[in-house]
Amino acid sequence: MTSLVEEPPVAHARETSLLEVRKLVVEYGTGPKSARAVDGVDLAIREGEVLGLAGESGCGKTTIANAVMQILRPPARITGGSILFEGENILGRSAEQLRRYRWQNVSMVLQSAMSALNPVMRVGDQFVDAMQAHEKIDHRRALARAGELLELVGIDRRRVSAYPHQLSGGMRQRVVIAMALSLEPELIILDEPTTALDVVVQREILQQVDALKRDFGFAVLFITHDVSLLLEFADRIAIMYAGEIVETAHADRIGTNPQHPYTQGLLKSFPPIRGPLTRLTGIPGAPPDLSDPPAGCRFHPRCPHCLPEQQALYLRQTTERPRLRMVEPDHEVACHLVAEAAE
Amino acid sequence: MSSAAQLEVRSLTKRFPLGGGMRRSQIHAVDDVSFELRPGTITALVGESGSGKSTVARLLAHLYEATGGAVLFEGRDVTRVRSRRDVLHYRSQVQMIFQDPFGSLNPVKTVRHHIERPLRIHRVVPSGQVEARVHDLLRNVGLVPPEDIAAKYPHELSGGQRQRVSIARALAVEPRVVLADEPISMLDVSIRIGILNLMQRLKEEQGIAFLYVTHDLASARYVADDILVMYAGQIVERGPIEQVLSEPLHPYTRLLVAAVPDPTSKTEAKRIELRTGTPSPAVDPGEGCRFRARCPLAIDVCSQVTPQLVEPRPQHAARCHVTAPAPPD
Repeated sequence: MTSLVEEPPVAHARETSLLEVRKLVVEYGTGPKSARAVDGVDLAIREGEVLGLAGESGCGKTTIANAVMQILRPPARITGGSILFEGENILGRSAEQLRRYRWQNVSMVLQSAMSALNPVMRVGDQFVDAMQAHEKIDHRRALARAGELLELVGIDRRRVSAYPHQLSGGMRQRVVIAMALSLEPELIILDEPTTALDVVVQREILQQVDALKRDFGFAVLFITHDVSLLLEFADRIAIMYAGEIVETAHADRIGTNPQHPYTQGLLKSFPPIRGPLTRLTGIPGAPPDLSDPPAGCRFHPRCPHCLPEQQALYLRQTTERPRLRMVEPDHEVACHLVAEAAE
Repeated sequence: MSSAAQLEVRSLTKRFPLGGGMRRSQIHAVDDVSFELRPGTITALVGESGSGKSTVARLLAHLYEATGGAVLFEGRDVTRVRSRRDVLHYRSQVQMIFQDPFGSLNPVKTVRHHIERPLRIHRVVPSGQVEARVHDLLRNVGLVPPEDIAAKYPHELSGGQRQRVSIARALAVEPRVVLADEPISMLDVSIRIGILNLMQRLKEEQGIAFLYVTHDLASARYVADDILVMYAGQIVERGPIEQVLSEPLHPYTRLLVAAVPDPTSKTEAKRIELRTGTPSPAVDPGEGCRFRARCPLAIDVCSQVTPQLVEPRPQHAARCHVTAPAPPD
């Protein structure tokens, strides 16, 4: 736990933060084979905002979501840090307290709607189940509420009597979103909500979330590997690499002024749909194995700016973990190169 | 131009029975699909899930039997090929790369084994030269040093490296046509471009005709020369990719282009019309345009007559009564 005891990077704390993740560490397994999937992550979501969390598979973004929902299962366990919801730490809460916290405060929509829905139960009954587990409501009223929620996401209320297999993939995902709304939580976590769907359906669903957010005023933690999607739909974006946040900024700034070489490489990995085409390069190499991450900056083996010729900088890049530091208001970057340029 | 075609697809049709008993519904998964693949050209085949694009690739790979139509390769109709020798010959010329680089490699065999096998089965080189050829192939797809990579097992490689092994294996038999079915959609974002660049280089250096099946329009634009847009089993638009994407004719293509995330414009600017879920128009379609229920331009004739592919611009065809009307007889 040595690297944990560094000083706090930059104060994220804001009076208005709905959710605050502080120096979170999540480990999988024990002993020499253990891996820190999340290693000292700070993250804050303000009321009513859409925070995009982007990164490649295995970078730890879903682990953060599962930690926030408190649904991590062994061998994963939280070994450091805290998670504050409306200022109170949810770590160490009783099962009963967590049961209320989930769904009423925070709900989650997963990538595969089919595995979130019970295939042998009518859609309406699944709403009723979820509502009755959390509040005193009779069956008839709960079913009527289910119908209203379905209409909110653009599905005919008579579909309460449909089975999941009778709905298209896009409709199923909308059912799950409606269900996530049923107890009017303050925060909804969308974990790759549209990855299994095609672009047209993806856009339909995100437009719907956008409209609902304005009506209900919930905040969204939007997790995806598709940064181009976040540039369009998120207010702020956090970029994650190998268990760490390497850059956070307003979505516009990530798009127009990315500072971390990984963010820059990620943005250059998406060819444009219009405008001039140039040859792209992506990022050489592959993300590291988290049971044995590279020393120093975890991105250094793939970084185009990590050159042995620049001896002093190279030494820092390969031995010292960079900390998040502010480069402009609301824009933080963890990179030795950026830090050096600022000095 | 048809003389230069490496592979020519004519009115290809595939139907799958749906449900049992007396209802006898059919999915018209592929319906009257015609196109050609030319040497040194990448042709993108795009469409939503269930549009039939993967079925087309599988029909061309001889993994499914066609219900109707023809696939001409070296002047022979491949859909009629039956003998093991002929199928083997065809497969040595037309190779397929799959979406899942985990599932398509044997976990208990080394990389060398995967690439040697096709070399030996199809007797591409004398056995004395197999080792050297394996190394050449690995180097060709950017897996270096080949001596080290050849000794590794699939689990020791990253997703991108595994997909490169699949590509090296496909290239071992020196194919004229490569069918790539969503080859990058399961890979990490930062390494996708590398695979697209590799396809581009192989097209240029070896004159391979590629069919690139994808749902990702932006990657298609990056790598492909021509595009085929499928909707509910039919090709609804085809042509040179830059032209099709900058001036799409078919309303479905327009919808697709508008739906692609575009960092330069905010959501508000490009709202698309919501649809409230309709059953697949590929099931017992009957007469009429299959896109009509979702189409903002639909007119009466769209529900009565199935539109044909019409070429209002050179090389650029669409299947739409409104934007590509049939010329009067």
